[in-house]
Amino acid sequence: MDIQILMPALSPTMEEGKLAKWLVKEGDEVHSGDVLAEIETDKATMEFEAVDEGKIGKILVPEGTEGVKVNQPIAVLLSEDDGQGNGHDIPSAMQSIRDAVAAEAVGVKPSPASAAPVSASATRATVVAQARSPSSMSEDRWHAQHCVFASPLAKRLAAQAGIDIAAVKGSGPRGRVVKTDIEEARHMGGVAARPLQKIEGSAPHAAGQKTEALGVMPLPDARLFYRPDSYQEVPHDSIRKAIARRLTSAKVLIPHYYLTIDCRIDALLAARARLNGQAPKGDGAYKLSVNDFIVKASALALMRVPEVNASWTDTAILRHRHADVGVAVALDFGLITPIVFAAEAKGLVAISAEIKSLAERARAKRLKPQEYEGGSFAVSNLGMFGIKDFTAVINPPQAAILAVGASESRAIVRNDKIEIADIMTVTLSCDHRVIDGATGARFLQAFRLFIEDPATMLL
Amino acid sequence: MTESYDVIVIGSGPAGYVCAIRAAQLGLKTAIVERDRLGGICLNWGCIPTKALLRTSEIWHLMHRLDEFGFRAENIAFDIAKIVERSRKVAQRLSNGVAFLMKKHKIAVIPGEAKLSAAGAITVTKDGNSTDYAAKNVVLATGARARSFPGLEPDGDLVWTYREAMIPKAFPKSLLIVGSGAIGIEFASFYRTLGAEVTVVEVLDRVLPVEDAEISQLALKAFTKQGMKIEVSTTVEKLEKGNDSVTAMLKGKDGKLETVTAERAILAVGIVGNVENIGLENLGVKVDKTHVVVNEWGETGIQGLYAIGDLVGPPWLAHKGMHEGVIVAERIAGVKGVHPLDTAKVPACTYCWPQVASIGLTEAQAEASGRQIKVGRFPFIGNGKAIALGEPDGLVKTVFDADTGELLGAHMIGAEVTELIEGYSIARTLEATEADLAAAVFPHPTLSEAMHESVLDADKRALHI
Repeated sequence: MDIQILMPALSPTMEEGKLAKWLVKEGDEVHSGDVLAEIETDKATMEFEAVDEGKIGKILVPEGTEGVKVNQPIAVLLSEDDGQGNGHDIPSAMQSIRDAVAAEAVGVKPSPASAAPVSASATRATVVAQARSPSSMSEDRWHAQHCVFASPLAKRLAAQAGIDIAAVKGSGPRGRVVKTDIEEARHMGGVAARPLQKIEGSAPHAAGQKTEALGVMPLPDARLFYRPDSYQEVPHDSIRKAIARRLTSAKVLIPHYYLTIDCRIDALLAARARLNGQAPKGDGAYKLSVNDFIVKASALALMRVPEVNASWTDTAILRHRHADVGVAVALDFGLITPIVFAAEAKGLVAISAEIKSLAERARAKRLKPQEYEGGSFAVSNLGMFGIKDFTAVINPPQAAILAVGASESRAIVRNDKIEIADIMTVTLSCDHRVIDGATGARFLQAFRLFIEDPATMLL
Repeated sequence: MTESYDVIVIGSGPAGYVCAIRAAQLGLKTAIVERDRLGGICLNWGCIPTKALLRTSEIWHLMHRLDEFGFRAENIAFDIAKIVERSRKVAQRLSNGVAFLMKKHKIAVIPGEAKLSAAGAITVTKDGNSTDYAAKNVVLATGARARSFPGLEPDGDLVWTYREAMIPKAFPKSLLIVGSGAIGIEFASFYRTLGAEVTVVEVLDRVLPVEDAEISQLALKAFTKQGMKIEVSTTVEKLEKGNDSVTAMLKGKDGKLETVTAERAILAVGIVGNVENIGLENLGVKVDKTHVVVNEWGETGIQGLYAIGDLVGPPWLAHKGMHEGVIVAERIAGVKGVHPLDTAKVPACTYCWPQVASIGLTEAQAEASGRQIKVGRFPFIGNGKAIALGEPDGLVKTVFDADTGELLGAHMIGAEVTELIEGYSIARTLEATEADLAAAVFPHPTLSEAMHESVLDADKRALHI
């Protein structure tokens, strides 16, 4: 079987180059490692080595040609056992596997349509298969990183159940995904094994084609930029994979915009101090945090501006009846957003106790999927780290998330006089498909009202 | 001062000695207690010496087919004393081998009877002298022995267990074998091949009753052809000992009574665990029907006390015990990534002629599990190597989940199938599907090709039938 030699990408960013010089001619026998040609880019001239062996059948691009696109066939290699050699199907098989994997990385289903002139996935594959620049990754390492280590039966079961096997943690020897892992994943239905179609959740079902049309291509593998001995590899666990997948989908597919507002929280802090001061000892003890007030205020603001308490679908916006407020909890191994359901109907002490219990169980990995899936809104608070303000990525199927900064004493101007006030800056990330700018602003106004005058939460 | 160990294993059968070796490999200070010979029943009175006997009967069988293979010989005869002697030598050699392995791994061998006085405290008695030992972990591997029923008790003279059956002083002209499991059938095969009149009584409705029904059926056909008398669905009502014979009253399914007289009887009606006199009652270890109750890690529920092998649950097979021994040793040593044994992945072999080997679910069990299944069959008659060997009677049967392609079970009867089953064992452990097995290349000409063809047949694409 003939092998097409493709224009290599000699650096992760290279898109085209000059075929400076051929060092072989038609009819030459080449072996793996032989230098085939010199390739020139705007940055350097590099030698291009053969990976496969065989005879140069035809040179397709004469030397001296400028602007040769990466992945354009530049020569044809005839394999030696022509006619028989199924062995040489391996590169093409590998190629299709890589295409599939690379495509999956951005949620693109492999399809004939992805065979654009400079197909994103092919770029990466070519970098690996063809270029032998000093920083290129070995086949083995590429393999180790991208191949799913699973038994044949597990693969078939996962496919049948629509489970993304790459997100399943393997319990077999050396972490191999085996039958019981898939059965467990199917049983649990948790983050680690959300069925593929569900992962895309509120995202448009034709996401693949859309990203392709936008020319989104996967980023080059970071290993390409570093010497192998200059870093330590920390393999992804399933939660890391889930975070990467969900947040990438969310940030790419949801049109985010951000609204920031300052809230004066002197009254809230005073109320909090008063309430905590009255907390009983022992049974019924509580210690309210600022965040508990924020969750409560968010829930009430969501009731007041129900357009924000919503989810996008292809055919309709879902307006949620309750304010199910997710609270981002940082874990040693990632983060998770357990949900305080119907927070609008709960008192501060109940909310406080619930968040505490959810966070504890999250850290112990004891949460049930129904405790962190869904939700209608989320709060992410980095105030305890002294972060003044930040923006958060929306956690689908929700349509908004509130990023809460630190409360701090700031100088403010009031009645033409400088005053010291406790201020907290919050930023709302909105899904523009669901929430228009003015709607988002109305929500923040309502939120600020509750926060600045906590007694109004009682109304 | 009381000598103390990280691990003391009680019983040096395959479960025990393997556990000891693995524990020693993992750096644990290990001792093993044995009241008899190293190697336990398996090496001394079970698997190994019977395989030596069956080798003899296999050769004898071939000697009666010399003409077929182009030989001529006259006055062929056997000497039962020499046959037994060879079998004992083989057993002795392997027992010595275990002694060597214990020495190699610096495992202390403590001869005597062990008894637990408390968790981690053992008293070993030998010739009336007792010595105390302490151990952080104790692994019970005391094995099992032949089961008997009232009225069906072995006497070592006329009514044998496997033990006497293995060392006959004279070759019995006729035998009554009670029980058609692996042990009963192996002795039936040995004695029948050497010319004894053999009657096998089985209470269930088929021989080798744990095997797939189709395999049982083929086995029955083969045994009957060899001249065995097989009485299924039959119970022994009475066993009367004569001067140099036993007479059994058999009751068939229809209630009809029949008497059979044979020179000797062999009882092979199952096993009972050796749970007595090891101090289990002192510690409150749970025992169910003579077997110690353990969880999937061999834990008895008492801190630091484990049990493995025939002493615990089925299948009562040496390789299952060995595997448990490794698991328990690794758990004790805190090895990461240890998995409990999945007994559905334990193959079983019977070394009669023709041999029988199997793994996983029978067709009936697979069907009963509610799955959609597909079954492949390939007879040895379509296998070139089987024909060349002169062993065209055999069948390889494979049972797959029709949806997932999972190999649920494999069942084989025929020459050398006990050596072949491991292929399917690997496939099951690696979770190969029918597609992977179909894609695998099997060498030609080998009996293993029948394994490939059976898989292909499950998809109606067998090539040589």
